[in-house]
Amino acid sequence: MAVTAGTLQHAQVEEHEDPRESLMYDPKPRGEMNGMVMESMQTTSWKFWVVAILLSIVVVVCLFGAWGYLIANGLGVAGVNRPSYWGIFLVNTVFWVGISHAGTFVSALLRVFKAEFRRPFTRAAELMTTFGLIQAGLCIFMHMGRVWLSYWLIPYPNERGLWPNFHSPLAWDFLAITTYILASTMYLFLPLIPDLAMARDRSTGWRKVFFRILALGFRGTEGEWTHLRIAMGIFAFAILPVMFSVHTIVSWDFAVATRPGWSSTIFGPYFVVGALQSGIAAVAMVVIIIRSSMKHMKYFIRPEHLDALGKLMLVVSMAWAYFFFNDYMVQWYGGDKFTHYLMHFQEKGPLGWMWFALLIFNVVIPWLFLWNRKVRRNPALLFTIGLIINIGMWFERYLIIPVGLTINRMPFSWRLYKPGIEVVLGIGTLAFFILLYMIATRLIPIVPVWEIQEGQMAHSLRKVGKATVKSVSELE
Amino acid sequence: MEIPIEESQHKWGMVIDQDLCTGCQACVTACAMENNIPFGGESDAEYGRSMQWIQVQRFWEGSYPDVRMTPFQPILCQQCGHAPCEPVCPVYASVHSRTEQINLQVYNRCVGTRYCANNCPYQMRVFNWRDYQRPDPLPNQLNPSVTVRRRGIMEKCTFCVQRIKHAEDQAKSENRLLADGEVQTACAQVCPSNAIIFGRLDDPESRVSILARNGRALQMLDYLGTLPSVTYLKGA
Repeated sequence: MAVTAGTLQHAQVEEHEDPRESLMYDPKPRGEMNGMVMESMQTTSWKFWVVAILLSIVVVVCLFGAWGYLIANGLGVAGVNRPSYWGIFLVNTVFWVGISHAGTFVSALLRVFKAEFRRPFTRAAELMTTFGLIQAGLCIFMHMGRVWLSYWLIPYPNERGLWPNFHSPLAWDFLAITTYILASTMYLFLPLIPDLAMARDRSTGWRKVFFRILALGFRGTEGEWTHLRIAMGIFAFAILPVMFSVHTIVSWDFAVATRPGWSSTIFGPYFVVGALQSGIAAVAMVVIIIRSSMKHMKYFIRPEHLDALGKLMLVVSMAWAYFFFNDYMVQWYGGDKFTHYLMHFQEKGPLGWMWFALLIFNVVIPWLFLWNRKVRRNPALLFTIGLIINIGMWFERYLIIPVGLTINRMPFSWRLYKPGIEVVLGIGTLAFFILLYMIATRLIPIVPVWEIQEGQMAHSLRKVGKATVKSVSELE
Repeated sequence: MEIPIEESQHKWGMVIDQDLCTGCQACVTACAMENNIPFGGESDAEYGRSMQWIQVQRFWEGSYPDVRMTPFQPILCQQCGHAPCEPVCPVYASVHSRTEQINLQVYNRCVGTRYCANNCPYQMRVFNWRDYQRPDPLPNQLNPSVTVRRRGIMEKCTFCVQRIKHAEDQAKSENRLLADGEVQTACAQVCPSNAIIFGRLDDPESRVSILARNGRALQMLDYLGTLPSVTYLKGA
């Protein structure tokens, strides 16, 4: 009986929660909400400028300066050697492609499944996709020995009659990432059009010109909305296979190689889940920063959204652990001598701490804390866990690429990898990502206002007798 | 696009007798001189950036005080018949030569992704980490038949393809067939104990073919299916 009473009590607590805590049941007049978003975009404190200027300096020095130095002197100034021909450059590439994944995942998949909690942060996630991919592309170019000839990877008709080698996973990569960056940018732009039109109608001066050009003359007629909805529907479905394919192809760079530790058939899904793991954690981090640093954002981004992201992080962490175990188990069971050397090296070698940190950061910490509703709703804690997961996922890629390359089938060439200038360049890409994001938050509405308004129209509270009942109507 | 195949098609190969190898490193030096391989410097070499197309690898087995050297193992590009380095190059810089049946690196096509080196199970591809300086009088000894490579590209053993080509042209102009032993790679030519034998594997009577049928013959990492052209005669 005690159990029943307890359950009942719990149910009552849930019921007595104020439904207005949820964004969908806490509507504001359209004009007011539009004004809030415009204000959040145009209010800039001195702190913003200080951070932006500092980041610009970091980008100029650490990214473009160091890259110029690298190009002028050759890869000898980096840490790559024989046998670790790929170092942190490729670690960062995989990391940024991973970050870029969650943007599409959160936005497209949740849109396809009509998950209501997605509404306020789809755009924040999509922006991550575009900016993350820019960093991934930069990292690939940095790592090339003769970057000034990188256009040879483009299949263009030329006098030599020579196209890229389509047997090479790097050629697939090039095409996959290019496709993804184009598709995700279009997918970012389409839902942005109504908001750009809204911003156009509410701004003056150069902003008006800027928004007028970008809004493509959108007026909000029935016909325009129908076309936009059809286009978004097509893109949301079409971009999902692209998203899955991109990280699978990135994983094939490793999986198709004849190397112990790399040639694993499960790398495709394992990398996709790893990308979601780091990406969703990064979405949570970005959303928390936006919420705490921009005006009015506490109205749009609420604990319920952090809660939902926290749940996603927990589920993806479980999936990641499953794939990690699967990969590990089969490689170990395979009994290949060199794979065993590699596994021992990863766990007991000089970077063994990283292997254990990987498991603690990606599995133990999320599983210990994210089941708790209070933790999920606490921005500071969720941010910390997101950061920890991202560090853990970076470690994972580090263990796969430079540490995995250390051990090969020729013991004479086993040698440790010591990072060189690639660390500086990595800091540069991180600063560039943050800087691009900061600029974007001042130029485009970071919250998809029309999506929230649409959601709020569908959700309503109704009185049935004495009780207030939440009701949701079908939109289409 | 169909590439015309030249008339002469030979399969070149090498046999390395580990019993005869003394580990004198003459092959390493000769190779560097023949192929314009720069001197990378001590600290770079220690860090795994040695510019060597052929290496004499040495191992020891057992634990102290019961340590025993194993036979020296000169390693060079194995010129695989089914080479893992070739398909992964996105710009066709790592290619298979049909006339000599060896793997070649097209230097001016390489963009430096280094994928070929990662995928080489023998780890015998060499990257130009820097633009290497050649102090005087070293530029005077550069071999005019071999390209000097710049920073950012991959290079590797070519079985001294410039010598193969030269000998073939010579034989053709004298209207005769290429004799066995006429072409020597730099490493084979210089080896004081004749541990390295170079020749045509498609000629069953050549010295290299006869030695390759020896009972001690084995091919390195042959279980990977790379079909290497280099055969080792196992040392005791």
